[in-house]
Amino acid sequence: MNLVFAEKYDLFKCFQCGKCSAGCPVLMKGPLNIRRLIREVLLRDDLVSICQRSEIWDCTTCQACTLRCPRGLRPHELLMGIRGSLVEAGKIPETVSEALENVFKQGNPWGWPRSKRHEWAADLGVKDLTRGDRAGRLLFVGCAPAYDPRVQSVTRALAGTLLSLKADFAILGNEETCCGSEVRRMGEEGLFEMLAEDNSRLFSKYNVTDIMTISPHCYNVFKNEYQNGGRQVKHYTQVISGLIGEGKLTFPGKLEKVVTYHDPCYLGKQNGIFDEPRNIIKAIPGINFIEFDRSRERSLCCEGGGGRMFVEASPGSGERLALTRIADAVKMGADIVATACPFCLLNLEDAVKTAGCEDKIQVRDIMELVAEAIRPA
Amino acid sequence: MSNAVLVIGGGIAGMQAALDVANTGHKVVLVEKAPSIGGHMLQFSEVFPTLDCPQCIGTPKMTEVSAHPNIELMTYSEVESVSGSIGRFNVKIRKKSRFIDAARCTGCGECAIACPISVPSEWDLALGQRKAAYIPFPQAVPAVYTIDKTACVECRKCEKVCDAAAINFEAEDEFVERVIGAIILATGYEVFDASLKPELGYGTYPNVITGYELERLDQAGGPTGGKIEVNGKEPQNVVFIQCVGSRDKSVGVEYCSRVCCMATAKQAHYVRHKIPGARVTVCYIDIRAFGKRYEEFYERVQGEGVIYRRGVVSEVYKRDDKLVVRAEDTLLGEMFEEEADLVVLAAGIVPGKATVELAEKLNIPLGPDGFFLENNPKLAAMESGVPGIYLAGCAEGPKDISDSVVQAGAAAFMALLAVVGAEGEPDREPVRS
Repeated sequence: MNLVFAEKYDLFKCFQCGKCSAGCPVLMKGPLNIRRLIREVLLRDDLVSICQRSEIWDCTTCQACTLRCPRGLRPHELLMGIRGSLVEAGKIPETVSEALENVFKQGNPWGWPRSKRHEWAADLGVKDLTRGDRAGRLLFVGCAPAYDPRVQSVTRALAGTLLSLKADFAILGNEETCCGSEVRRMGEEGLFEMLAEDNSRLFSKYNVTDIMTISPHCYNVFKNEYQNGGRQVKHYTQVISGLIGEGKLTFPGKLEKVVTYHDPCYLGKQNGIFDEPRNIIKAIPGINFIEFDRSRERSLCCEGGGGRMFVEASPGSGERLALTRIADAVKMGADIVATACPFCLLNLEDAVKTAGCEDKIQVRDIMELVAEAIRPA
Repeated sequence: MSNAVLVIGGGIAGMQAALDVANTGHKVVLVEKAPSIGGHMLQFSEVFPTLDCPQCIGTPKMTEVSAHPNIELMTYSEVESVSGSIGRFNVKIRKKSRFIDAARCTGCGECAIACPISVPSEWDLALGQRKAAYIPFPQAVPAVYTIDKTACVECRKCEKVCDAAAINFEAEDEFVERVIGAIILATGYEVFDASLKPELGYGTYPNVITGYELERLDQAGGPTGGKIEVNGKEPQNVVFIQCVGSRDKSVGVEYCSRVCCMATAKQAHYVRHKIPGARVTVCYIDIRAFGKRYEEFYERVQGEGVIYRRGVVSEVYKRDDKLVVRAEDTLLGEMFEEEADLVVLAAGIVPGKATVELAEKLNIPLGPDGFFLENNPKLAAMESGVPGIYLAGCAEGPKDISDSVVQAGAAAFMALLAVVGAEGEPDREPVRS
């Protein structure tokens, strides 16, 4: 029995009902069984060998287990804890150690240079707090939205739209660094704390009181895991939905498409933001909005969270759920799967390519749809 | 000082307490907020573990209550305010207007036939319809009709057909006051709102229902005439899910609702009985069959071919036209997906919405679970902690019919102890029933 884990994660209280395992998006197709893992960690002596199973890295930290646990346990945190012990022992997959090293050196898990973090904004005229500009709200860009060529389109759509509405916002330029959400979920608690301190120091230095994020992962970590000193944190869908509600954002254009929406776990089930993204989509003229059967609290995870952008699933864990999602969307007759998370966007788009159905369906961020529809037809 | 006893709530516990007190010769005022007494028990098709019909054991009690010389029955009424203390509570009661004079109404039902407005029936848990002029169910006591003003369009067609001239659209609520020596709270429970567990699809899929709804489908007097069917078809694969809104911190209900294991076993039996070829699966965490002859009943139901699988369901979703129920069989350590035509949720027992308000009016405490707090859970489960106020049935916490009736008797005895010797001794000989 491992008392440290058992006490830290309250494992004595688990009554083995199976709610966690039954709701786990990866158990249906792979070897990770979180319910059994809790029991094994509680009862067995060979903790080291349990921890070294490759499926420890399968967890996407979607939190379905934690949100539904009838006993109030947080099973996904046990997995993060196990990963933490592996980080300490230096027994982590190579891709994970690369991602962590990249964050340490360059402030993003892909290892793009720090000096290029603000390049996406070069020609837009976005205010930059680090260059002496002032603004009421910080746009925390995040790593994928700052660097990834596909996600940059979302970032530019958001910044462009806000600029056209003369919204008062600014970025942190090259001083912004990774929020640490994925770092923490890969078990590197020490690095996470460092990043949280760095970002918090920046927020204080530039008197940031309001933060808007593009990624639900940044949103979640600022809102729920940073000591954020009472700062307001919003996801961009909340801001845009608010602007539409106030009549400040209108759509001269039209989008004659059948659109469905994929709820990102970090936005939807973890933070209850279900309606704002839908309100935005429904406000765009011409869109015929349809729902996935598995939507809102039952949304199927795309498998992008918990470090899964950087580590492959263990052998025998089947095809990515993003593929299931795309197959469902094609079956429903959707032209576009809209989402509001960089990881979901990348994973779902990959799935479209893997499935070879580029001619049938597109994956777009809600912000891209908004930017398209505010241009006069 | 008064030797009368007020009973609030006319379900099985309230009726039993009222009768036990009244049969000693003491006066009882029984206040029930619904148009009829009877409570949840009368809505069930059968009761465990004996499988007898609740109407057969319940309706005689209803009739006895209404005919009892010592019981003043106030249905469609609510306690407005209470002041005073043991021996002399001053109670003000609001008698809500039925817009039909109960004294004149003959229960002929012409008003309901004439009424053009249909709304979901509370009695049938919205699985059937009732009129705006209605009687909740045929055996209702009192057998008088009520006009639901929230649905009524005042076409006054009922007025024209009422030979008894009982209809009065201008009627207003009446207030009456009574001096009471002791009070018994038998306010019962409400059913957990299963849509608070969105992963189970209640409210999203019409073929995800609660066990209470299945009771209505199975009961001969219910909206389907006793046929268990979904969209006019008999389900061939039925999955029961236990502990929906019980033992679940994620929805703030930490306690066990105590009755659902047995109710589910009983309902699984209904399905196997009515649809002999049906595949019936019960997904559970633990089976709690603690009452007399309960374990034997559980074994009987298993023997009837019901498959018990250990592991709660985490998600219900749709694949093509079928519902898919996803769970882990924790004994096998394997995930499974069960295609179902009907999913039945064992929705738990929660305190009634009016409990908080009533606790404030009576100045008595609620427990952390939201039910009225007993003075001592072992030695004084029928005492409220305030002298002169006693608890019976699910008002104090989830319990089955047997335990509710036993506690009602105990509460009645405590109330009698409180009023015996008070001014105005019983003026009648004890009535034996």
